Amino acid sequence: MEVTMNVNGDEVTRDIEPRTLLVHHIRDHLGLTGTHWGCDTSNCGTCVVWVDDEPVKSCTTLAAMTAGHDVRTVEGMETDGELDPVQEGFIQCHGLQCGFCTPGMMMTARALLDRNPDPTEAEIREAISGQICRCTGYSTIIRSIQWAAKKEQETPVEVSAS
Amino acid sequence: MTVTEDPVDTNAVPTPDNNLNDHKPNGFGRMLRKEDPRLVRGRGQFCDDVTVPGMLHLAILRAPMAHARIVSIDKSAAEAHPKVKAVVTGEDLAAHNLAWMPTLSNDVQAVLATDKVRFQHQEVAFVVAEDRYSARDALELIDVEYEWLEPVIDVRKALEPDAPVIRDDLDGKTDNHCFDWEAGDAEATEAIFADARENGVVVTEDIVYPRVHPAPMETCACVADLDPVSGKLTLWSTTQAPHAHRTVYALVAGLPEHKIRVIAPDIGGGFGNKVPIYPGYVCSIVASLLIGKPVKWAEDRTENLVSTGFARDYIMRGEIAATKEGKIRAVRTEVLADHGAFNGVAAPVKYPAGFFGVFTGSYDLEAAYAHMSAVYTNKAPGGVAYACSFRITEAVYLIERMVDVLAYDLEMDPAELRLNNFIQPEQFPYESKTGWVYDSGDYEPTMRKAMGMAGYDELRKEQAEKRERGELMGIGISFFTEAVGAGPRKDMDILGLGMADGCELRVHPTGKAVVRLSVKTQGQGHETTFAQIIAEEIGIPPEDIDVVHGDTDNTPFGLGTYGSRSTPVSGAAAALVARKVRDKAQIIASGMLEASVADVEYEAGTFRIKGDPEKSVTIQDIAMKAHGAGDLPEGLEGGLEAQICYNPENLTYPFGAYICVVDVDPGTAEVKVRRFVAVDDCGTQINPMIIEGQVHGGLADGVGMALMEMISFDEDGNCLAGSLMDYLIPTAMEVPDWETGHTVTPSPHHPIGAKGIGESATVGSPPAIVNAVVDALKPYGIRHADMPLTPSRVWEAMRGNHTPPI
Ligand code: FES
Ligand code: FES
Repeated sequence: MEVTMNVNGDEVTRDIEPRTLLVHHIRDHLGLTGTHWGCDTSNCGTCVVWVDDEPVKSCTTLAAMTAGHDVRTVEGMETDGELDPVQEGFIQCHGLQCGFCTPGMMMTARALLDRNPDPTEAEIREAISGQICRCTGYSTIIRSIQWAAKKEQETPVEVSAS
Repeated sequence: MTVTEDPVDTNAVPTPDNNLNDHKPNGFGRMLRKEDPRLVRGRGQFCDDVTVPGMLHLAILRAPMAHARIVSIDKSAAEAHPKVKAVVTGEDLAAHNLAWMPTLSNDVQAVLATDKVRFQHQEVAFVVAEDRYSARDALELIDVEYEWLEPVIDVRKALEPDAPVIRDDLDGKTDNHCFDWEAGDAEATEAIFADARENGVVVTEDIVYPRVHPAPMETCACVADLDPVSGKLTLWSTTQAPHAHRTVYALVAGLPEHKIRVIAPDIGGGFGNKVPIYPGYVCSIVASLLIGKPVKWAEDRTENLVSTGFARDYIMRGEIAATKEGKIRAVRTEVLADHGAFNGVAAPVKYPAGFFGVFTGSYDLEAAYAHMSAVYTNKAPGGVAYACSFRITEAVYLIERMVDVLAYDLEMDPAELRLNNFIQPEQFPYESKTGWVYDSGDYEPTMRKAMGMAGYDELRKEQAEKRERGELMGIGISFFTEAVGAGPRKDMDILGLGMADGCELRVHPTGKAVVRLSVKTQGQGHETTFAQIIAEEIGIPPEDIDVVHGDTDNTPFGLGTYGSRSTPVSGAAAALVARKVRDKAQIIASGMLEASVADVEYEAGTFRIKGDPEKSVTIQDIAMKAHGAGDLPEGLEGGLEAQICYNPENLTYPFGAYICVVDVDPGTAEVKVRRFVAVDDCGTQINPMIIEGQVHGGLADGVGMALMEMISFDEDGNCLAGSLMDYLIPTAMEVPDWETGHTVTPSPHHPIGAKGIGESATVGSPPAIVNAVVDALKPYGIRHADMPLTPSRVWEAMRGNHTPPI
């Protein structure tokens, strides 16, 4: 079936099998390999992307379900060569080690900050609780998100494409 | 010498305006990672991201039962699938003599089962198709007839005389015995136990370290591309040890070694899970050979959990002999080790129990003895993984749990008991009663620092008050010593390959450099820390140094990254190769400065004439001179590069003191880890930010193992932990904000005094957490409870019904 969606601002059309998972569509058909695949059960969150500004697990979303919608992946976080404050926060606070969970974590973090610009530690923990990081023990991820929140409060920036 | 003050305040958190990251060290110190800019942009390249033109996809058919004879396999329907290129069974592989492969422990493992299957989910056949989904579809079309055989699941029954024999493929095998191992002096130990039974105290406890799994977020995968014209195999693969893998492929597949290039691209976490060679890799190579096209294999999460290297699975009886005053005199243990269906342990050959021999811990003893029987069961192979430092996780868990058992019986404070028994600083180098030579240590300051950070005395007061009110609060301590950095090649090898590591450094004419490593990061940050080591030694800024690793065609030989060996072995190689370059640079500098070599001194990238600070040249000036026109000092070759192969003279012995505070809900038996204080001593610190990160990750592992994680089976051998819904890994909700600190006791034999930190926290944290939970349950008269301390298991323990996990 032919499926058209908007990915990171570009309209893309592909002829795909109806059963194709969004994660495989993004990775294998569109070549955007920043989104990862870590389980099949919606537990790990390495596959998180946005569909219309809402973080979703692309391993349990059919690509066809996102036809006509906006999909945003980690590759779409940077604007005009400038890192998103969340990306910068992860670098500054050692929020990543192997980097496999990182794209999903950052997409969730970005969505959190768009809704709640000054989250508490407990709110951050809850926001990323559907995602697993095996390397960092989470504290530095939380610091990274706090770093981004602080940065955005100090320098109001254009947050997220909406 | 121990430095108890932190070199930097590791608990300081960067903010957009505190300038914590502004200092750019030209050597050791906090430095942001060089690998991060690509990874935060989603531009890392992990194995499953690799695409080669014409690439096909491989999927593996796995056994539905744990023990069964293969009666027949009909693959005709799968072969008829329009998108299928090949369907291969064990019988097909056997025709090429490829059905079995050696394991890293000199056992053999089936690539694809031929005679029978020996664990549930064992590899039975593979399909190669045009795309991922079609390959999986075709698996459904393969018809395998099995004859069920009784499985051996409970390791305690594996050696019973009527137990079915799993490894009837091995000549003359009539039981499930794998190997026996012992360490220490049985007689001397028994003499002390006999005396203690009369005049002192003996404590005994059965302790299980259940089967767990490293479960890195990236599962295993590879792309095999065997060029039919040149005969060269390029293998992108999730491996922590690319060189060792290449050599094994050469030996197994008969491919000439120079025609194999193993590339380990970005690795999404390893933790020992990516040390073994799995059938999936071998199948992919065979498939590419048969079909003449590149082939990708990427396992799913279930395959990763049920078939790749598990960890632990030790059933231990621990015993301590002590005086009534709490002086520990001897330790003894009897271990039953479940090795699964094939002995796939990745450990130095002469160490079949890994480094479990350091189970005497951080204490000065009169005697020690360990005996172990390892057995085969109908479960997946593996054994050494999950950041275990070659079984030191099990060793530390045993001794640190047993010390608490002793403290319970003697009604002594567990901190005081430990302090009274430590090996003293003047005793180093200390030879343990099982023959390990601890290079350095100064334990008391580290312990005191942790107690200070935790506020130990106040915590005990708070606990006493809470107990009055019926609240369950526990404080758990563990003090661990690790032995890492395998290892001296005179007695450590894997499949005959000595555990030394190469390093090569080239300084380019403009003073930039490339350093090539034999080890491979899986998230530890080698691209940063190795550049820092070179910078520290020759003064070229880290950002001017490219770190190349994970590609056998472009790096010197070495055994890879596991057992916390990158810094102790390869880090030493990097420091020494830089010193070799520096020595040559000094000779060139003497020519440039028109002084004798002895009159030139080096400091931070600059060579000066002693006593004449005005006359100097930089390493960058020298690099241009080394490659440029004009004469060099007599007898000197041009260029500025060096190569080395470093053979460590001993292991290094990092240590640490951990204190955990838990609250147990008396109504639900749920354990909440409230605080965790970790003070680590890994010797000289290269990058405190990365060290802190390594510790944090290991602490979360500890929460997982102590409270949640276990690979369990039903009595038929069905694996009950085949997804992340069943195998629970901590999320941000289950872990506290970590409190870390450091002391620094440099290793005397390592060129920069560093000891390795990658696994310390995974080793040290589980006993601290379990000790805390057991301490919380003291009002119930409980001295021991086995991991994982899930609410239901804690609930049972509170009711006196605690049973060990199977
Ligand atoms: S891959 Fe989607 S949640 Fe794990
Ligand atoms: S950084 Fe490795 S899984 Fe999160």
